[in-house]
Amino acid sequence: MTFWLIETVYLVASALFILSLHWMNDPTTARRGVLAGVSAMLLAIVGTFLNPGIVNWGWIAGAVTVGVLVGVPLSWVPLTAVPQRTAVSHAFGGLAAGLVGTAKFYLWLGEGGESLTAFRTFAIVAEIILGFLTFTGSLMAAGKLQEVKWIPQRPVTYPFQNVSNISLLVVAIAGGLALVWKPVELAWIFPVIIALALAFGVLLVIPIGGADMPTVISLLNSYAGLSAVAMGFVLDNKLLVIAGALDGSSGLILSIIMCQAMNRSFANVLFGAFGQVQQKAGVAETRTAKRETPEGAAQVLQMASQVVIVPGYGMAVAQAQQRVRELHDELTRRGIDVKFAIHPVAGRMPGHMNVLLAEADIPYDKLIEMDDINPEMSQTDVVLVIGANDVVNPAARHDKSSPIYGMPIIDADKARMCLAIKRSMNPGFAGIENELYFADRTYMLFGDAKAVVGDLVKQLSGGSGLH
Amino acid sequence: MPLEPLLSSAAAGAHETGPAGYTALLFVFLLATFIGLGVVTRVSRLLHTPLMSITNAISAIAVVGSIVIAGQDHPPVITVLGAVALAASMTNIVSGFLITDRMLKMFKKPGGEKRP
Repeated sequence: MTFWLIETVYLVASALFILSLHWMNDPTTARRGVLAGVSAMLLAIVGTFLNPGIVNWGWIAGAVTVGVLVGVPLSWVPLTAVPQRTAVSHAFGGLAAGLVGTAKFYLWLGEGGESLTAFRTFAIVAEIILGFLTFTGSLMAAGKLQEVKWIPQRPVTYPFQNVSNISLLVVAIAGGLALVWKPVELAWIFPVIIALALAFGVLLVIPIGGADMPTVISLLNSYAGLSAVAMGFVLDNKLLVIAGALDGSSGLILSIIMCQAMNRSFANVLFGAFGQVQQKAGVAETRTAKRETPEGAAQVLQMASQVVIVPGYGMAVAQAQQRVRELHDELTRRGIDVKFAIHPVAGRMPGHMNVLLAEADIPYDKLIEMDDINPEMSQTDVVLVIGANDVVNPAARHDKSSPIYGMPIIDADKARMCLAIKRSMNPGFAGIENELYFADRTYMLFGDAKAVVGDLVKQLSGGSGLH
Repeated sequence: MPLEPLLSSAAAGAHETGPAGYTALLFVFLLATFIGLGVVTRVSRLLHTPLMSITNAISAIAVVGSIVIAGQDHPPVITVLGAVALAASMTNIVSGFLITDRMLKMFKKPGGEKRP
């Protein structure tokens, strides 16, 4: 009887998980999606508690308490730190999968090993490799995003890096296959596989630079999901397989979107060591960019009828979101059409920029995707670039020698005028000179993004309402 | 009552999966992946960050496996492994859903007023 009850509860939970993601398709229903997800998870937990074999209630209560105590503060992080939090969560997900796989292997081994069928052993090997590499890989990614001192931000490369990394993985998989063949006799291989997976996770992320973090996080998201699927195979649990597959496919789609947004392949992201490729550091011609003052820029903005703001992560680093919202309000009040052009890789994880702007109370219908805003660019009076760099570099369209060649960009150079706020003329994250800054119609506003936008707002609010 | 032993044997059968059970799981995996791909492609790009945090929470379904390992009567080492896995999964569930909701609350409706 209990069996059927548990299965029914799991069935309902599976449906709710699917609905949860379905409702995420629109901001108006998305919070219903969270409710569905929470209900599904509660059902899954209660359903599992019905399992007659569960006796260690003290351990369960203790672990749940620890989880709640750690989890609640983790949800309060500032939105700029959400990528790190996400990476840490992937690490926990991977760890959980790896530990359950390990426990299951030794339990079955202790029972004599009859239960370690080829299928199960294969699933356990997949679970621990995916789980443990996700664990260390995600911790490395979180460390890079948090800019922890002893983890290098720049890609770390050394000779034969790719060859040695791949051999490591191949050895781990070969060990896994040997284990499938003789799980009991070759049980000593098991901890070796764990060690290799842990090492591989670190080595996988070390050569990847900050600009590629959105892709890496998405990929690790996918791995965490797949490790849950493998756990489902090990435990013969369809709910685990379904929920894990949803997570895995979501991570896969996000990584594909991120790769397309940078015009790179998976292989290139994982083994390319971005940022090391080009060392020619711009042709040695001394071009000068035109400067503009906040007063002048405010006048230009006031005369415009359509303004597009291109925000980059630099805006968030300068904590300028609130000022940008005030600028948006000032311009909107004058009947000027203000839109935000969002590049898919703006920010440090998929969709990050949207969340950062939403936090500053900018209505979401003003946040326009790159592909939708680009056709409007030639009719735009003023483009204001705030802390964005590579995503507006026209070199991506024509300069075959540029490392960002082929990457889709926001066509800021096609607008009637471009204003770019920048701290200095230093090249951006990828170390590439931006020819947009030297274009005829571009004017630079030098300074801290928050201060400059604040000045613009002051100029606009000072001159309005009085006449 | 000939049904009762049948049911209990079915329940026991849940732990002794034969080849047919394994392929059933593979089919479930295949179908769920396609459903996932279909559903996720329709998610608004506005919400990709909340999407990742909610799928993060959903993949903490590993909690089910963790409870089984930590809760059953096993040697202490195994119980500890399960308890650590359970704490890790629970962290993901709690922080994942809370932060997703926190972010979604920030998305203001085009009218200007906050969504309820």
